[in-house]
Amino acid sequence: MKATVYVTIKENVLDPQGNAVQGSLQTLGFDEVAKVRIGKYMELTLDTTDRAVAEERVKAMCEKLLANTVIEDYRFELEG
Amino acid sequence: MKFAVIVFPGSNCDLDMYNAVVDTVGEQVDYVWHTATDLSGYDAILVPGGFSYGDYLRCGAIAQLAPVMNEVRKAAAEGKFVLGVCNGFQVLTEAGLLPGALIRNNSLKFRCHPVGLRVENANTAFTRDYEQGEVVTIPIAHGEGNYYCDEETLAGLKANGQIVFTYDGANPNGSVAGIAGISNEAGNVVGMMPHPERAVSELLGSADGAKMFTSVLNAWRERNGAASTR
Repeated sequence: MKATVYVTIKENVLDPQGNAVQGSLQTLGFDEVAKVRIGKYMELTLDTTDRAVAEERVKAMCEKLLANTVIEDYRFELEG
Repeated sequence: MKFAVIVFPGSNCDLDMYNAVVDTVGEQVDYVWHTATDLSGYDAILVPGGFSYGDYLRCGAIAQLAPVMNEVRKAAAEGKFVLGVCNGFQVLTEAGLLPGALIRNNSLKFRCHPVGLRVENANTAFTRDYEQGEVVTIPIAHGEGNYYCDEETLAGLKANGQIVFTYDGANPNGSVAGIAGISNEAGNVVGMMPHPERAVSELLGSADGAKMFTSVLNAWRERNGAASTR
């Protein structure tokens, strides 16, 4: 089974990287870019076929390591 | 008194921290590798700066899971003195020993220069030799020292006197409330982005960091009775 984890910076936390990229996009003429937020994308290959167990385990992985919930949100998708 | 300087792969301020202890208070100090599983022989645990585990995932995220960190948690719970500087501060927040998190500087630049620091709480074990409200000069050297916590946490920090240092003058990284260093609720665990170990001699530009080390020695002596000298 494959887990795809997305870690994003919380809405109320400043993302200076996103702001810089937004500025650069506007410099290139992409004036419609009102906001950029940069996050992380992770692919995990899991040695399990039990979806319910995987759901619970990946949530624990996110809470314990993959995301810092003080500043980040996470969501994930399971496939296979 | 016996100090431990924790060494992770990628720590790079461990030698400075070790020598700061030797030069300022001359007490016993050991390097302790991240795989250690016993810190019972130490009175103060120093978590130095650097780039532990290459800052992979997030600064301090991997280091907080190193075997030695269980012992650091235990030491903190026992009321032993714990100081995290720079990456050490990041490690302590990731480990849940201090609230909040450290994110990218709002300038996106690595800032490396002396800063003015206001001593907001001169009652902690690490700051008792300073005057309350005193402004000292200690260098910073970080790309991710922008302290963040939510408003509720900030209110708690203020109410409990957990804000130990703030930047005096320009905020170099965008930290909430200009925070440069905080303590836990009990006050025995302190984390800060500036490097006191790099400011222990006028030859280094400032000796203002030396009082961090004399403070904790005095706190330890007070705790263990005036007769304890070593």
